[in-house]
Amino acid sequence: MTIALEVIGAYKTFSEEDDQNRRPWWRVWQRKPRRQIVAVDRVSFAVRQGEIYGILGPNGSGKSTLIRLISTLLIPDGGKVTIFGRDVQIHVQAVRGLINRVSVDAAFFKKLSAMENLNYAARLYSLDVREARRRAGIIMERMGLESKKWNSPLENLSRGQQQKVAIARALMTEPRLILLDEPTTGLDPKSKRDVQDFILEVRENRDTTVILTSHDMDESERLCNRLAFIVDGKFVAEGTPAQLRAQHGGVSLEDVFFAVTGKSVESEAVAE
Amino acid sequence: MINMRRSLGATYGFVERNWNLTRRYLGWEVVWLVYNVVTTLTMGLIGVDSQGIVGRDRVLYLLIGALLWTYLSVLFQIMGETVAWERWEGTIEYTFMAPVNRITYLTGQGLFGVTYSLVRTAIILGITVLWFKLDMSQANLLGGFVVLAVASLSFLGLGLLAAVLPLMSPERGPQATHIIQGLLLLCSSVYYPVTVLPGWMQPIAALNPATYTLDAVRAAWINGVPLADVWPLVVKLLFTGVVLVPIGLVVFQIGERYALRTGKLKRNG
Repeated sequence: MTIALEVIGAYKTFSEEDDQNRRPWWRVWQRKPRRQIVAVDRVSFAVRQGEIYGILGPNGSGKSTLIRLISTLLIPDGGKVTIFGRDVQIHVQAVRGLINRVSVDAAFFKKLSAMENLNYAARLYSLDVREARRRAGIIMERMGLESKKWNSPLENLSRGQQQKVAIARALMTEPRLILLDEPTTGLDPKSKRDVQDFILEVRENRDTTVILTSHDMDESERLCNRLAFIVDGKFVAEGTPAQLRAQHGGVSLEDVFFAVTGKSVESEAVAE
Repeated sequence: MINMRRSLGATYGFVERNWNLTRRYLGWEVVWLVYNVVTTLTMGLIGVDSQGIVGRDRVLYLLIGALLWTYLSVLFQIMGETVAWERWEGTIEYTFMAPVNRITYLTGQGLFGVTYSLVRTAIILGITVLWFKLDMSQANLLGGFVVLAVASLSFLGLGLLAAVLPLMSPERGPQATHIIQGLLLLCSSVYYPVTVLPGWMQPIAALNPATYTLDAVRAAWINGVPLADVWPLVVKLLFTGVVLVPIGLVVFQIGERYALRTGKLKRNG
């Protein structure tokens, strides 16, 4: 079985101003005190081609940082990430041609229509514009986005509709690895269901590997072949949903998360 | 060959994207155009004496300063605020993780910037010539536009150097680009000859490509000097551009690596 993604000891810290230890205002010549935050703490895992691998954790646990390390948007302080055997730090352009990403905030030019944004994406990924639009159209129709919406500025579309366009834009480039960073957060129940159904369809009909981050346990159980819990930048448990339940007890993944971490993922999400 | 075709396609993609955005923000385009026309006319009116007699050379001196400053500052802003603008739209990560190298990205931005700025300058020039009923029959208009095109290279380079600032500091970088733009205006002959500047500023003005651009365009448009006669200035501009653009590209790439290492590509990274 081909390994689509391998992360070995990924480590990432950020430096931020230390609010607890402020510099007196008159000492302008001194650098403001800073502290190091460990966002991803020596994380290792591997994902097989065609798998949907879930990374679950509360807000601020390091999910998005990990996704950015994989998608060449951050340089790790330590460790290594390879995608289909290519090091993301060395073969940057080759890796970028293999992946695509859907983030929690649909990254679009909001004044442009879906089709204008798709044209732009097609040219960035060296696709035939007509063919790319055809592919994206099929995906958007499949997810229930009516064609009359395709030429409206995206700012006039709901968040759920925008997220469907984002998924179509990512999949039209036929990535071998797609990174879905909380793709259903904040969506209405119908849009959430449409997106989830489509992700399942991708698993059935395409050979695309999916990395899905979420703090929705039900969604992760429904969609993922395997998953890992991340807390404070560390992976604290990994396995199939059934394995995790068997190892740690509990009826639902939420019970398992609580058993492993002593915390509730939802309450943390709300608190942050 | 395939790579070349892909790069050209992506370059066109950036130009097309910017054109689509310009159409969608048409209301703002009209606002900025009106503002530029009004400020250019205001500067030109300073050259009209108290009897209402239009001093052609004096008016043209000021008009060309205002016009060229509009051209160069718009070009500088398009390049210098590339990163800040994509960050504001929320698309910076999407654009930067696409399999397109930075030279292609910046070439697309630059190509659009030059075309857009030239069209705007031509519109403002037409309106001001009609307003002041200026006799431009002796002017070497084409020569002036050639100088502008050559000068664009230098300002693209300066824009690239400024574009790195928002990459390195999302909060303060965009403000710093405005400071650079202000200094370029102060240390040049946009509205006055550089000889009126304090002695210590004159060497800085001598390094500023805007100074040569203005001298060459004024010679072509006010006195109708043929391009061959301002050739030394054009060569200086060309040389400045050839030096500044590669330096700008290298600095931009260093800045990008810094942003990727520190998580500053996205504000909440």
